[in-house]
Amino acid sequence: MHEYALCVALLEQVEQLAEQHQAQKVDRILLEVGPLSGAEPELLRHAWPLAAAGSVAEQAELVIESSAVVVRCTRCGARSEVPANRLLCDQCGSFQTRILSGDEMVLCSVELLKREQEPCA
Amino acid sequence: MCDTCGCNVTPANRHLLEGDGKLARTKEGREAVTVLKGLLTENDHQAAHNRAHFDRQGVLAINLMSSPGAGKTTLLEATIDALGKECGIAVIEGDLETENDAQRIRQKGIEALQITTGSACHLDAHMIHSALHQLDLSGIDLLFIENVGNLVCPASFDLGQHRNVTLLSVPEGDDKPAKYPVIFRAADLVLLTKSDLLRWLGDFSPERAEHHLRHLASDAPLLSLSATSGDNLDAWLGWLLDEMKRHRNELRGET
Repeated sequence: MHEYALCVALLEQVEQLAEQHQAQKVDRILLEVGPLSGAEPELLRHAWPLAAAGSVAEQAELVIESSAVVVRCTRCGARSEVPANRLLCDQCGSFQTRILSGDEMVLCSVELLKREQEPCA
Repeated sequence: MCDTCGCNVTPANRHLLEGDGKLARTKEGREAVTVLKGLLTENDHQAAHNRAHFDRQGVLAINLMSSPGAGKTTLLEATIDALGKECGIAVIEGDLETENDAQRIRQKGIEALQITTGSACHLDAHMIHSALHQLDLSGIDLLFIENVGNLVCPASFDLGQHRNVTLLSVPEGDDKPAKYPVIFRAADLVLLTKSDLLRWLGDFSPERAEHHLRHLASDAPLLSLSATSGDNLDAWLGWLLDEMKRHRNELRGET
């Protein structure tokens, strides 16, 4: 699976941010991962500690928000929440739809500790 | 999605930015940094660099994806036999181990570079970039990148290709687009390969395969062919020639 490779790419971004902001530690990382992104949140969670070991983000909490797959019909304009393998318009049944959400694989934010202290509860 | 125009902010994550969303909170001694960048930004940056390199050389790059054994290399051999005289073709092969596929292509008199990924289940843009340092693209019109056989991981990594072609071989079953939506949704063309086996494997329905593909909101053409019997190979060759022409026109600024 490619989730370890994704975690390594994530760590690179997070390390750069920590350096730019002169952070001592990374406390929390928030990702948005949709069902159509090709990445599996559970596998990312498992792979993350291996990628982050020994880094500034070693103790960071990895929070993964999953988004619903939502499409807009280009024929009738209706918006539908749909399963990942059935991207059809709920209203008119057309397959001519555009994805509004569900394919995200985005680093939303990081929370950095600026000086040595216990993370807030 | 990209990281420049704000389209990373989707209805699914907008709430994180607003009000007391998770991105909004900051406590003493901590700093919340909003990023909203794709996880694969570095890969995508390299892929754009690769694509620009192909464009400068006037090369159309095609990423072939499928499960192992769907017939990617056999399709390439048949394609080289048919188009090798009129087009300059080169191939980058991706496999976990062995030079077998590159050797098969070289036997056709075509330059082929083998990337052995070790245990990595996909090619990425950096691997392609390294390969390009060893591949002379002068005189090449068409570069095939044969990805690692895998219906999951290759779909997530932009290599710098211009078109994605996903193969589905008849023995695999017609419901693969429903089971692996990400890779089939990424396809600009879907090829049903080993169509000569349809007569033996009567439970495979090309119509059902297309039905599942359309359910992914894909309008990609779906062609049924056999590279070994040559059945309907012309449709694939015609698509390739059309796309090469389209790409050349795009490079000239015509649409």
